[in-house]
Amino acid sequence: MSETAVKSEPKKKQIRIALRNCGVINPGRIEDYIEKDGYLSLGRVVTELTPEESIEIVRESGLRGRGGAGFSTGLKWEFARRSKSDQKYVVCNADEGDPGAFMDRSILEGDPHSVLEAMAICGYAIGADTGFIYIRAEYPLAIERLKTAIAQAREFGFLGKRIFGTAFDFDISLKYGAGAFVCGEETALIHSMEGHRGEPSLKPPFPAESGYLGKPTNVNNVETFANIPVIFQRGPEWFKQIGTERSKGTKVFALAGKVNNVGLVEVPMGITIREVIFEIGGGIKDGKKFKAVQTGGPSGGCLTEKHLDTPIDYENLVACGSMMGSGGMIVMDEDDCMVSIAKFFLDFTVEESCGKCAPCRIGNKRLYELLDRICAGKGELEDLDRLRNLSEVIKDTSLCGLGQSSPNPVLSTLANFYDEYISHVVDKKCHAGVCRDLLEYFIVEENCVGCTACARACPVGAINGERKEPHVINPEICIKCGACMEKCKFDAVILR
Amino acid sequence: MVKLTLDGNNMEVPAGTTIYEAAKQVHIDIPVLCYMDLKDLNIRNSPGGCRICVVEVEGRRNLAPSCSTAVEEGMVVRTNSVRVLNARRTVMELILSDHPKDCLSCAKSGQCDLQNLAIRLGIRDIPGQEYAEMSTYRIDTSPSIIRELDKCIMCRRCETMCNDFQTVGALHAINRGFYAVVAPAFEMNLEHSPCTYCGQCVAVCPTGALTEVDHTGKVISALNDPTKIVVVQTAPAVRAALGEEFGMKPGTLVTGKMVTALRHLGFDYVFDTDFAADLTIMEEGTELLGRLTRFLEGDREVRLPILTSCCPGWVNFFEYHFPEMKDIPSTARSPQQMFGSIAKSYFAEKIGVDRNDMVVVSIMPCLAKKYECQREEFMVDGNPDVDISITTRELAHLIKQANLDLVNMTDGEFDQPLGESSGAGVIFGTTGGVIEAATRTAYEIYTGKQLEKIDFEQLRGLGGLRSATVDFEGQEIRIGIAHGLGNARKLLEEIKSGKSQYHAIEIMACPGGCIGGGGQPLHHGDASILSARAKAIYEEDRNKQIRKSHENPYIQELYREFLGEPMSEKAHALLHTHYFDRRKRVFQI
Repeated sequence: MSETAVKSEPKKKQIRIALRNCGVINPGRIEDYIEKDGYLSLGRVVTELTPEESIEIVRESGLRGRGGAGFSTGLKWEFARRSKSDQKYVVCNADEGDPGAFMDRSILEGDPHSVLEAMAICGYAIGADTGFIYIRAEYPLAIERLKTAIAQAREFGFLGKRIFGTAFDFDISLKYGAGAFVCGEETALIHSMEGHRGEPSLKPPFPAESGYLGKPTNVNNVETFANIPVIFQRGPEWFKQIGTERSKGTKVFALAGKVNNVGLVEVPMGITIREVIFEIGGGIKDGKKFKAVQTGGPSGGCLTEKHLDTPIDYENLVACGSMMGSGGMIVMDEDDCMVSIAKFFLDFTVEESCGKCAPCRIGNKRLYELLDRICAGKGELEDLDRLRNLSEVIKDTSLCGLGQSSPNPVLSTLANFYDEYISHVVDKKCHAGVCRDLLEYFIVEENCVGCTACARACPVGAINGERKEPHVINPEICIKCGACMEKCKFDAVILR
Repeated sequence: MVKLTLDGNNMEVPAGTTIYEAAKQVHIDIPVLCYMDLKDLNIRNSPGGCRICVVEVEGRRNLAPSCSTAVEEGMVVRTNSVRVLNARRTVMELILSDHPKDCLSCAKSGQCDLQNLAIRLGIRDIPGQEYAEMSTYRIDTSPSIIRELDKCIMCRRCETMCNDFQTVGALHAINRGFYAVVAPAFEMNLEHSPCTYCGQCVAVCPTGALTEVDHTGKVISALNDPTKIVVVQTAPAVRAALGEEFGMKPGTLVTGKMVTALRHLGFDYVFDTDFAADLTIMEEGTELLGRLTRFLEGDREVRLPILTSCCPGWVNFFEYHFPEMKDIPSTARSPQQMFGSIAKSYFAEKIGVDRNDMVVVSIMPCLAKKYECQREEFMVDGNPDVDISITTRELAHLIKQANLDLVNMTDGEFDQPLGESSGAGVIFGTTGGVIEAATRTAYEIYTGKQLEKIDFEQLRGLGGLRSATVDFEGQEIRIGIAHGLGNARKLLEEIKSGKSQYHAIEIMACPGGCIGGGGQPLHHGDASILSARAKAIYEEDRNKQIRKSHENPYIQELYREFLGEPMSEKAHALLHTHYFDRRKRVFQI
């Protein structure tokens, strides 16, 4: 397939389940949601099904957690169901923190009731009467919409006491997060909800046994919940015919980067990366050449040309050295330097590590420093071995998913773009032209007319040459300010 | 029971056992760093943070921290595969890459768990050290404790002690990622935090991040000042632990050797805090009997239970956390302060020295004592009753610097009159000791009869919260004992809610009482050392001729010649104190 844009009908490949009502209904009106068969599933579940039957439907559908790890939602519910306790909790993880990802926000802003309904179903299934939505305070509109939705649902009797006239009680309140990426990890999220430092703890015990305030707690992500009411409406059979053998349903991706159509796309599992980027995404911007796509958020891996025809599902992405994550998808073209890209993502994880375990706290920092040196032209060949070993140890020894995946951008770029590392380290060149320290300004003799404009603009006197003769930049003196390039009217000054 | 295979050993261990513990049973010693388990005391720190103890578990994607991973049926574990060894070394190199390299001049040198681990793993190089950024933090000095957090490795042991065991809440992890450290809220200085200076954070810190303020220099200056008479007092728990610093077995008593060493160091008078402990019993015991008698006579104004007040960490605790209850503890000063007060009045008079020309040094198992002796209420015209308080560890440094071979030293005797003590004074050093000492005296005074059995076994042990009833000839006296401020908090809550059944309660801030004080030789996570020290203390008591405070002839002489009666006006002025509401301290940054 040609890599140029195939712009026709980009929507054809998309199936909207989680995003079904977003932009379709007025999120401020519960009536709109009800009109779309909203709360019908909840009604059916609490009046017709036993908790076990409800869990069986979720299990049967094959739905897996959309927050990243992809654990079977039905199984998770079952574990929470089986835990014996006087009190259980349902928690919705709305601490969306991947840069550029906004699927949870879109759902909460566009269709808050679907999440409330799903949480109530979950409460019924596991035996909980209390739900919390842990939402980052940076989502004021989503918070507003949720507050309205909760008030409306209470008014309509979908939340509160004796829901649908049954003995089932369930209510939901909001808990605000302060915006720590690691609080998306469920144990860290629970600690944060309890008022403790938002840092993960060892599993087991899993939240299903001992979660919020030590009680069995089921934590699911927003997008996971948004799938639930539909599964009950249309049946698990319908749901599981979408997707692949092991990954059912759809996934929302936040398509971003050097692609023509950016934004949220909801696609069936099993679609190839090529279809997402070149059909739905409309191909690479400005007709440039595709270079890589990074999936799974800041700690996902960078995939290349050879992965384009891989059907997207949880297992395949991991096998390629990346992951599903919460669904970030950043497309890169020939102008992107893969070493810089790895450094960019490490910068994020260094910032967002909680600091609890040594490999993540210190290791990621050291990875970043190594990448920084390589980008600055100070890298040595042995640094590449160190990068690889360090990355593998950090993955192998870190306490939570953050550290266990944060080296992915390094490992995947080492695996797929090793030659770029080599040219940075051995040739001291950045062919994408990104790493400033590795570039030099150069005057192309044929283009230079000897106007002296560049020499006059140079603040450090690095440019020599007679009038009307080609000029030369002395790289020893040049400070790479770019003034010469700006002044030259003949495109004689280039970066190489 | 759970069956597993560990490095080829087929074994069976109880469910719930960690891999680390299971390995120990087959003599495989997996290295740990952040982990700490003080078994008898119910203190456990296993956040799984350092990742040094990782092992390979067949079928698991990642390495597992052995300190906090429970064994499972059929588990196959490898503790020394290449994968494990490489991971362990790499993680260690990472930790060291963010740790200062000034080991030679570090206060913890030779006692540092990180240093020991580096030796054990044979670390010879820290790759990339030249360009590795170090996380730095300001040095925070308080009256007792120095925080040098550049050396913090985030093991969180101090947090466990401060929050879980002591419920003080002065220390907590703050900041994120590479810049995460353990600090008081809002990064305030320890001095402005709820810290009680109990020093348990220092006692468990594996590195030099938390250490005591070193006052040995001041002691050396005083000893070399010809115009000063320098008097030293040694707390009971010191003699049961000092030997450890010289390679002696935990629980070895070095009382006589310590006296000789102190004399060699140049102290003019070598006295014993135990003398002041006897004095404390006279005052506190009398106060207890007074309150008790009034209570039994129907006086409902009287506050019971009476709480001991010897422990300065505990005093700081209730002044900050329970200021509304500050009239319940005994007003008796701590033995350290009683000693200082008597030394600079009674004894100074006796030898004709002005108090300003006398320097009182105390050797304490404690860091809070450093703060206590700086309290204004224990000064006379700006001159403190106790000038310098140093820890057992600091004394060991002094002895070593003076080229003294403690182990082979001959036994010396304390000077008189402030060197004589009863066995009751000695047992102040362990949990339950103060109340046992008080019981011995109170019983005899209350009943007018001689005790048949001096040992009150029911008051002994290492349980964090204990209670016992002592029969005062028909009058039951109910006694509560707590060590660790978390346990103390429980008793205080009981009193507050009116549920307390006790007449008298002993509280010590540190695990095991003073034997486990923040100034003692480091136990490195081995709780059996504390038990051995306690045993030594009771042994010293048994060996004493006099075992009841009121029978100490020099105490009797002190009252006869100087104080009059216990609780007399003079005794009140010199030996009692009052407490303050320090809750507002935190807002006065």
